[in-house]
Amino acid sequence: MELKVIGKGVPKYDAWGKAKGEVIYADDFSMPGMLYGKVFRSSLPRAKILGINTSKAENLPGVHAVITYKDVPRNNLRARFGQGTEIGAQFEGLYRVLAEGEVRYYGEPIALIAAETPETAEKACDLIEVQYEPLPGVFDPLEAMQPDAPQIGEKQNNIASHFKIRKGDVEKGFSQSEVIVEGFYQVGYQDHAYLEPESGVAWVEDDGTIVIRVSSQVIEHFREVAEVLDLPHSKVRYIGTLIGGGFGGKEDITVESYLALLAWKTRRPVKLTYTRKESLLVHSKRHPYYMYYKTGASREGKILAVQAKLVSDAGSYAALSPWVLLYSTVDAVGPYNVENVKVDAYTVMTNTPITSAFRGFGAPQVNLAYESQMNELAKKLNMDPMELRRKNYLKQGETLASGYVYDRQVPLDLLAQKAWEALGPRKESTKPHTKIGRGLAVGMCSYGRLTFLHDTSRSYVRLELDGSALIRCGVPDVGGGQGHILAQIVSEELGVPLNLIKLHVTDSQLTPLAGTTTATRQLYMSGNATLKACRELKQRMLKKAAQLLGVKEEDLEVGEGRVFMRSDPSKYVALVPLINRMSGDGEELFVEAQFNAPFSDVPATEIIEGRTHPDFTFGAYAVEVEVDEGTGKVELRKIVGAFDVGKALNPILVEGQIEGGAVQGVGYALFEEMPIKEGIIQTPSLQEYLVPTSVDVPDVEPILVESGTGLGPYGAKGIGEPPIVGIAPAILNAIDDAVGVRITSLPATSEKVLMALKSLKRSK
Amino acid sequence: MTNLQVVTILVNGRPISAPVEAHESLLDFLRNKAGAVEVKCGCNQGDCGTCTVLFQGKAVKSCLVLALQAGGKEVKTIKGFAGDPLMEQLQESFVRNGAIQCGFCTPGMLITSYAFLQANPSPTREEIRTAISGNLCRCTGYKKIIDAIEEIAMKRSEKGPFRPSPSTYSEGQEEAKGNYLLLGGG
Repeated sequence: MELKVIGKGVPKYDAWGKAKGEVIYADDFSMPGMLYGKVFRSSLPRAKILGINTSKAENLPGVHAVITYKDVPRNNLRARFGQGTEIGAQFEGLYRVLAEGEVRYYGEPIALIAAETPETAEKACDLIEVQYEPLPGVFDPLEAMQPDAPQIGEKQNNIASHFKIRKGDVEKGFSQSEVIVEGFYQVGYQDHAYLEPESGVAWVEDDGTIVIRVSSQVIEHFREVAEVLDLPHSKVRYIGTLIGGGFGGKEDITVESYLALLAWKTRRPVKLTYTRKESLLVHSKRHPYYMYYKTGASREGKILAVQAKLVSDAGSYAALSPWVLLYSTVDAVGPYNVENVKVDAYTVMTNTPITSAFRGFGAPQVNLAYESQMNELAKKLNMDPMELRRKNYLKQGETLASGYVYDRQVPLDLLAQKAWEALGPRKESTKPHTKIGRGLAVGMCSYGRLTFLHDTSRSYVRLELDGSALIRCGVPDVGGGQGHILAQIVSEELGVPLNLIKLHVTDSQLTPLAGTTTATRQLYMSGNATLKACRELKQRMLKKAAQLLGVKEEDLEVGEGRVFMRSDPSKYVALVPLINRMSGDGEELFVEAQFNAPFSDVPATEIIEGRTHPDFTFGAYAVEVEVDEGTGKVELRKIVGAFDVGKALNPILVEGQIEGGAVQGVGYALFEEMPIKEGIIQTPSLQEYLVPTSVDVPDVEPILVESGTGLGPYGAKGIGEPPIVGIAPAILNAIDDAVGVRITSLPATSEKVLMALKSLKRSK
Repeated sequence: MTNLQVVTILVNGRPISAPVEAHESLLDFLRNKAGAVEVKCGCNQGDCGTCTVLFQGKAVKSCLVLALQAGGKEVKTIKGFAGDPLMEQLQESFVRNGAIQCGFCTPGMLITSYAFLQANPSPTREEIRTAISGNLCRCTGYKKIIDAIEEIAMKRSEKGPFRPSPSTYSEGQEEAKGNYLLLGGG
């Protein structure tokens, strides 16, 4: 059947409102009598709290509430991330609302203030006195693994989780290998740096329900907030806003518990918005990793064994660190068929800011390591890196590192070739002291949540008597088209023009719960739920139309505001009379449908085996760089990203993910650096933490390949996170190609490249 | 609260008067006194460009201007351009080219583009790239924003019609065959 709306690059439903400045983001919203919240934070990375004196702050005129841990009904929860399923201790951590007895990181919340003006709230902060007993901290995960390291968390040691892959026999694999390469790789923090800092407004309704209007990727956190306040889940409601950028940074709870506590205590609406400095200092970051890799291959270039040890910095509270580590473990050898794999992965607590979800979720770190190893191996084998990859790509029916048989297409060879060819003819360097280089890297990234989380989504679709339609689906919209694409699906299936479809998203009580906007799952999960609802409605429409036309249902088709006979489109019934007839006959004009992802069991041991994810998206980046041998500066001249997106339901939105993901990856590879000193981040502004500007990057060229093999609607795969995987190693491989130095840590700053060039000269 | 001074600023053609303290910025005034929440605050220190407004005909970051400096002067936010052909063309082009994802940078980005095209009606692509370099965008990778501005620049200058790059889908998929591959299913 020919698709009419799906596959078209039509503008998003929210684009015009955004262009006109009409969208009311979280901080743009105010209420009568509203107070302003402020968080008082720890000034030490690790200390015992001997006492907190809030009396001066409480007595400041204009202050309505000062809250410490004593005022929080349930201050310590098992962090379950809105999850209903029991997932076991190795996937959980402590969610502590306010510091209690100790502080574990610089900036940890100790007290909350609500005051009549933001200035008064800030003054009250200065009046809070905390008596600390400083304790020695540990700021590096390798040090924190030592037996004599200070103990941070609740567990017996600082290792929050340890996962293993044991596939085949690596010792045998290495003994058969004719060539072996080894490498240490290191990556640091990355901050989401969304342009909208964390923000929300909360109030208490007359029936005692706490309502939180907030910029959040996970409205299911209403459950945890209810538990913090010891209220029934039904008494906390999230109204999500359109989100000014998320990238995983608004996946964990940000301001919501604080807002709920302050509104509950004062019975007044309260607004809390983080400053940029606060956001950069204390919200969750991408995990720093230490990675050791050893790869063995035959003389012909067949990889026989990979061994990896991964250590990630879990920060001071576990948050999603175990889950991120699990993703890294499963992805540790990438999209290659390797018979013998041994992986030991650890995530270790330190007295540093919380690390948690960030686009890619553990995939970009290991991708940097395994794609650097591929080029090192190719060099040692004197083989074209593309050729080496070709000999080892995972193929349909072969197994991932976890032993899971991958039963779908893996068009990596095509993707890599397309990306490489699109670089075009090799250009000369523009200056005498610069050299041109090219690099390639491929990658894999899952879409859909871990299968043992038993993920579900719901969507409601209703036809109106005038032929318009309504969608209610609790999808938080971060701007990638998470909401919009549902309207395209409804338009395609029910023949309702896009401009007649009204979409309600992201309300934990008034829209059916659709799950998190994380894990590249909304198109897959909520798209399928919406499609399911549409198909059921469509069936009812076809049945009624068949009766009216005196023909068989299977001979009918829906489109352009009518139901018509496929063989004779002049025989039709228009949508409006059809819907009215259905209504008059008592037919239900609405469907709420639920889609369930494939389910698996929670891993019983530390060894990860079998299915962990519904599916993966594969991609390849080819880049051209120009490296200045005098300064070490790396300039990107061309970036091509080729992805198998299954089916591009809206090509403009898909391209937008690839272009944006590539540039965020360029930031990770070249600019974004967050040094930490004794637990304190040294780059608390956007003039110190440098995200790419328009002049730092060339136009990214996206190439969309459609295998049609995805698990999403119409065969689509997820594309939100995957484009940040592959770009960093492609750049490092290009730097090596240009000037012959292998950079093994991110970001590849000018200083780092220059130092590597100098030591290369010395060794010659 | 002793240093309050009443200031009157012409916001989108309307005079708005309010008492301000000496340290208050034009951004504070616009969001908190004039109700102009379409002006976004991304960093409050001049690094991100989300608070860009048209101030006396120039695109400026309103967090870097004191409210008192703006007294008696004219400010336009993104809502002050209704009926302005150049801004409406730019908005339509941003919408159609996919230059808007989360939208938080959009009001500032549009005003920067507007002021730039007024001063430089037929820029090169590289000049556009430089012109928006003070406005951060974390979602789009900038390409579609530059496409959207370039399209309007081309339309308004004598350079002839805008030709999208091969990977730009201007009207659905029809023009996009070059980078659009279909594989067999299964």
